Amino acid sequence: MIANAYELIVYILTLLGVYEPVLNIFQLLGIEYVLKIIIVLVEIGILFVFVLLTVMFLTWMERKVVAMVQARYGPMVTGPRGLLQPVMDGIKLIGKEDIVPAKADRWVFTLAPFIVFIPALLVFIPLPFGQSLIISDLRVGLLYIIAISAVSPIAILLAGWASNNKYSLMGAMRAVAQDISYTIPLALAAIAVVMFTGSLSTVDIVNAQNGTWFGVIPRWFIFLQPLGFILFLIASIAEMGRIPFDFQESESELVAGFFTEYSGMKFAMFFLAEYAHLFSVSGIIVMLFLGGWALPILPFVPAALVQLVSLGVFLVKTYAVIFFAMWLRDTVPRVRIDQLLNIGWKIMIPLALLNLLVTGFLITAGVF
Amino acid sequence: METDELLINMGPVHPSTHGVLRFKLRMDGEIIKECTPVLGYLHRGTEKLGEMKTYLQFIPYTDRLDYVSAFPNNYVFVKAVEELAGIEVPLRAEYIRVITMELNRIVNHLVSIGSLLMDLGAATMIMWGFRERENALQLFEKLCGARMTFNYIKPGGVREDIPEGFIPQLNEFLKDMEKRIEDYEQLINSNEIFLMRMKNIGVISAQEAVNYGMTGPTLRGSGVDYDLRRYEPYSIYPDLDFKVCSRPEGDSYARYIVRIDEMKESLHILRQVVDTMPEGKIVSNPKYGIAPMTGTPSAVSTYFPRIFTPPAGEVYSRIEAPKGELGFYVVSDGTTKPYRVKIRSPSFCNLTAIPKMVVGLKIPDLIAAFGTIDVVLGDVDR
Repeated sequence: MIANAYELIVYILTLLGVYEPVLNIFQLLGIEYVLKIIIVLVEIGILFVFVLLTVMFLTWMERKVVAMVQARYGPMVTGPRGLLQPVMDGIKLIGKEDIVPAKADRWVFTLAPFIVFIPALLVFIPLPFGQSLIISDLRVGLLYIIAISAVSPIAILLAGWASNNKYSLMGAMRAVAQDISYTIPLALAAIAVVMFTGSLSTVDIVNAQNGTWFGVIPRWFIFLQPLGFILFLIASIAEMGRIPFDFQESESELVAGFFTEYSGMKFAMFFLAEYAHLFSVSGIIVMLFLGGWALPILPFVPAALVQLVSLGVFLVKTYAVIFFAMWLRDTVPRVRIDQLLNIGWKIMIPLALLNLLVTGFLITAGVF
Repeated sequence: METDELLINMGPVHPSTHGVLRFKLRMDGEIIKECTPVLGYLHRGTEKLGEMKTYLQFIPYTDRLDYVSAFPNNYVFVKAVEELAGIEVPLRAEYIRVITMELNRIVNHLVSIGSLLMDLGAATMIMWGFRERENALQLFEKLCGARMTFNYIKPGGVREDIPEGFIPQLNEFLKDMEKRIEDYEQLINSNEIFLMRMKNIGVISAQEAVNYGMTGPTLRGSGVDYDLRRYEPYSIYPDLDFKVCSRPEGDSYARYIVRIDEMKESLHILRQVVDTMPEGKIVSNPKYGIAPMTGTPSAVSTYFPRIFTPPAGEVYSRIEAPKGELGFYVVSDGTTKPYRVKIRSPSFCNLTAIPKMVVGLKIPDLIAAFGTIDVVLGDVDR
């Protein structure tokens, strides 16, 4: 059984007959750890490229979905159906002047875009893209994900503070307040899932959802945890900072929120992080509640294709969630910041606790 | 806890001040303690220009006041001049004028509701609104060649007769619009977040609204059943069947609903006008009365003299523009140019109520309340 992407690469290389001779050379020199590092770097490189391509695709998809809802075409000129638009945007943003406001805190101002981007990438480490397609199956995977996503508000606060702009600061403060109040229901809803699996490992969580009840209904946690799913979904959208909860920006009130003063590549970094976040959070929703890469037909797939098919299943589900988020963005207005906090503290957290209580009771009573 | 007051300067360049308006806000955290609108960034001296131009030359300037709905601006100045000079207007011309004004009311409300929703973060409505607005603008284009600044209504009538194919296209628009308004209502009216943002926000009581001189949908949203089309009928409105829409709550939601209802009423009015449209002349002359000939369009447009001198006197003429009571006070000293033109614009008077509405609310509420006031800065600053 191949456990993670590292082993998968080794397996593929072995199949190709490359691994053994190369390993022998490195062993001869007494530095086989170098080979390990090279393979890990390759693996991370693949992930990085994948995330960047996904982000580029997502910006295009967002425009197309918005255009669809709003009876427009969206980008059409660059490439077939505007597919190259993200590339052109990237080129444009690189060509822009990199402005640091005179009164800004230069160091923090420059650092913040990178700090926001790194957690957005790190979240992908324990995310299972398919059977054995995982960078590392951490034993505390879920905890790691929640902890890492809690880093990004710090970066947003840094960006807002360093800009020395009232709108930026207000946007940043809002983002932090929002993040604190929505991480709690998010974690509580996730804990209810963990109560079923008894493990924080993301692979265990997906494996627990493999199979069916009565041969028809897939064993996804959405059916065991409908309330948990809804809470997690709402909290995730708040966490992503998208309409109806896009307080870090709220462009009609705060111009552009915390990145009002940013331009050029630094602005692009925030943009990239935002869409990387959209993808990772949707992936986490799929992993926790929609069965991850698991699908009842998967056992009938030939073993050689399992990785590929499971990757496809995961991507289809994830894009379905992403589509939902984009669709939501076009249909509803933004709530007010105090209303948002009210919903978070007075409705979501009590409901999440109740959900936890009921789940615990039912598990103890042996219903599940 | 002791906190510092924050002074925020919102505008004149801000995404949701709908032009170059500036708010000076004294904030306690997110709560507005004082709001002062600062005007004048779009001041072009239109009233003074009125004294420099002949009566006909001034009409295009009125287009630039409330550029979202320019036909009523045209009309009210022309109406003032007609009252001043006692010019008789052919019935068919009045019908055409009402068609343009009611279409313009729909266009105005579409833009208003669309930008309100966009300020709240839902960008879809403005795109939908502009899709229907485009159809209306094409009608305008067909009618007079212009899409936003028309210069179409002239003293004594209108510039040109209705072109061929206009009425069928208008009927199509009316039929389409009816369905579209249902769509809007489905998208917006029962949206829980929208209700949360609009109900009990920016409340202004009927008495206060009257005291501030508010008019139009903003006043009717406070439960005052005041509409000049009914209260001081002009043109062919006495013959038409329509109801004055009003809501008692006085909050942002009420003002929004009034606009939606008014669009429906406008459709109703337009249908009646199209059905009962009389044949006949479309222009008259101050000396010889209604045009004796049908003639080519250019002949019609030159039938009214380019330079004419109304008798000395003064007149205040007002109508129910989409945004409220629009009045022109014109003084003539018997020369070819007005002695004085004073414009009473609805946007300006409605805007004055904003500081009253938003104290104690938050910035997002200011945006929501301001969106429902429906202000065009060209109309405020003149």
